[in-house]
Amino acid sequence: MSSETKIEYSKKELPASFGKAGYTLFAVGLVLVIISYLVDPVRSSFNNLIMLMFLSSIGVGSLFLVAIEYLGGAVWSVPFRRIPEFLGAIIFILPIVAIPVYFNMHDMFHWTHTEDVLSDEILSGKVGYLNIPFFTIRVVVIFLVWMLFYILLTKRSRLQDQTGDQKLTASNIKISAIFMPFFAITITIASVDWIMSLEPHWFSTIFGIYYFSGTVLAAIAVVTFLVVYLTEKGLFIKGIKTDHYYSLGALMFAFVNFWAYIAFSQFLLIYYANIPEETYWYLNRWEGGWIVVSILLIVVHFVVPYFGLVSQPSKTNPKRLKFMAIWILVAHIVDLYWLIMPTYSPESIPFSWMELGFPLLTFGIMVIVFGIKAKKENLVPIGDPKLKRGLDFRL
Amino acid sequence: MSEKVLFAITAIFNTPDEIIKAAEKTAEKGYKKFDVNTPYPIHGMPNAMKLGRSKLGFAALVFGLSGTLAALLMTFWMSAIDYPTIIGGKPYFAFPKYVPIMFEVTVLAAAIGTVVTMLFFFFKFPNNSHPLHDTDYMKKVSTEKYGINIQADDELFNVEEIRKLFSDLGAAEVGEIYWDEEEINTSPKILEPKFLGFLAVTAIIISGTTYFGLNKLMFMVPFNWMMEQDKAIPQETTNVFVDGFSMRMPVEGTISRGAIPYPYYGKPELAEKLMINPLDYSEENLALGKKKYDVFCSPCHGYFGEGDSRLRGQYPNPPSIHSEKVRTWSDGRIYHVLTEGQNVMPSYSTQMTREEKWATILYIRALQRALNAKESDL
Repeated sequence: MSSETKIEYSKKELPASFGKAGYTLFAVGLVLVIISYLVDPVRSSFNNLIMLMFLSSIGVGSLFLVAIEYLGGAVWSVPFRRIPEFLGAIIFILPIVAIPVYFNMHDMFHWTHTEDVLSDEILSGKVGYLNIPFFTIRVVVIFLVWMLFYILLTKRSRLQDQTGDQKLTASNIKISAIFMPFFAITITIASVDWIMSLEPHWFSTIFGIYYFSGTVLAAIAVVTFLVVYLTEKGLFIKGIKTDHYYSLGALMFAFVNFWAYIAFSQFLLIYYANIPEETYWYLNRWEGGWIVVSILLIVVHFVVPYFGLVSQPSKTNPKRLKFMAIWILVAHIVDLYWLIMPTYSPESIPFSWMELGFPLLTFGIMVIVFGIKAKKENLVPIGDPKLKRGLDFRL
Repeated sequence: MSEKVLFAITAIFNTPDEIIKAAEKTAEKGYKKFDVNTPYPIHGMPNAMKLGRSKLGFAALVFGLSGTLAALLMTFWMSAIDYPTIIGGKPYFAFPKYVPIMFEVTVLAAAIGTVVTMLFFFFKFPNNSHPLHDTDYMKKVSTEKYGINIQADDELFNVEEIRKLFSDLGAAEVGEIYWDEEEINTSPKILEPKFLGFLAVTAIIISGTTYFGLNKLMFMVPFNWMMEQDKAIPQETTNVFVDGFSMRMPVEGTISRGAIPYPYYGKPELAEKLMINPLDYSEENLALGKKKYDVFCSPCHGYFGEGDSRLRGQYPNPPSIHSEKVRTWSDGRIYHVLTEGQNVMPSYSTQMTREEKWATILYIRALQRALNAKESDL
């Protein structure tokens, strides 16, 4: 291949509006969150759990994207690898977000009620796994594993900006390979512990991968949005082509389908087996007001993104990609809301200003973390040996 | 053999970069009917050749959606209309369980439909030959070289110009390809009767041997022990009993439980004299008698006892029960006829109990009174 491509990147400050938007979202969100904690701590901690799961999705999902790029030897995504690396820093915020949830655990997780557990045959069978000390250990270990791999993966990438040493890429590939099984196990445990155990009688063996599909989709959506946004503002490296956009769109489209496939598989198996201890979870979401959210989820998380991204021109159109990325992020919040909130209120749909404050804070945190990282570091891994090939990428 | 005509001018390049550049330049010059042949797909080639979007996707869409619809209608028709069966407590029309089938048929229909469309519309089946086939040019570009060719029916076709264009681009070789109209193969070998016949014979042999092998040679009797068990079947001979009958007689000198022997066999006078009807004229008894009469007596004697058989002469008509003779019989005499039979009438002891017989007699009396009422009945 020709190598006439020049790497044209000079570090620029993000526009002031970016930081301003972040701090505004953060401030408004934080005020609403504090007020809602004063008004209704239980409901707020359920909302807080949604926020925690969403930020985990973005943080760990981004780390997964970085690792999968190293492992697959992907070239096309190298120019924008820094974006998931920056977003991975959200992992350090997660423990802070998790603290209010942890202290309201007794009001959220039924299995923390020891007397109920002992009188319940099914729950007393699960007591070896679902008990507070072991749960706490798992939470701490999961956070530590994520932080450790975040540091290991990004440290070398940053160092490469100065040295351009190819060996750093090689060792990152090894770290990514080690990260993968840890990622698979930790994200399964996280989804089982923090979402599935809200209904301790219910179980679904596919639940980990269900959360994973949403996680990766959300992470790709954020990356896509930021690539389009930064390129439009002229802050990004020159040479991002329709081929790159098309690949991002195709990946997003693929994971929309993957999510739908997994979600439907989970539903179909439970529907077909028709075992009461499994079906009640879906019945809770199909009867009463929740049927609206269930149908909305299908439309918002599958139908609209599917038809929005199915055609070839839509995947190469930056405006469409930006819109669909935001849409998918909102869909992921709806997904988590659908997973978590019926436990708080099985009868009616709780929706008021309280449910709005937490997403605002969530997006505020994301924007601020990205802003801080972008101020300190290059937006492009300029020392990466694959960068030039990444820019040359053609479909 | 007719004269060969020029089909295309070809050029061969050594690197993929050169071929992309050549394709770009050729497209820029305004040539429409040109093609690039490479040993493997080259990224960016469709853009370099300025190809529009392939229309094959629309065929895939149409075939895919018709597959979805067909699968939905098929599953709906089978499990909700033609053979409604409740499976796993689901309704007949249970949409979620149809989804995997709809998905599979969509994929299948789209895949097959796309391939068939491609064959017929784009490759112009049944023609399976192309002027480029079996040329040195094709041999090279399918192993290690990168080739481009501009067809002679292009509007801008000019041998000299194209040769110059290619050599300016740095082609390793420039050549010409000639072909013969007769080469267009409209009846490929797979449509020849000989081949189709061979196909049919093969199919018949294979399916025949399979059928014979599986259903005759290797036939295994399915589970039928319930049907084939050793047992005495009524009305059939058996080797279990010495006399060879499978049905047995009661042991001599015994009667079955609840049976009361009839002592007047062959003695109608005694029956007439000694038996009286134990039942009263009550609504219940008459209703029972009517029921039994309608079931057992009326087929021959008629609903009103007039001997108007419903059997339409398949059996001799009995005399009327309204005759002087029967009217003057005592109940015991009629009971004797029901028990022993008379002339062609068989015994009804196996069909009717004692009580039912007496009730029937009450009903017969009522029928007789209806036709020959006394003045006191008015």
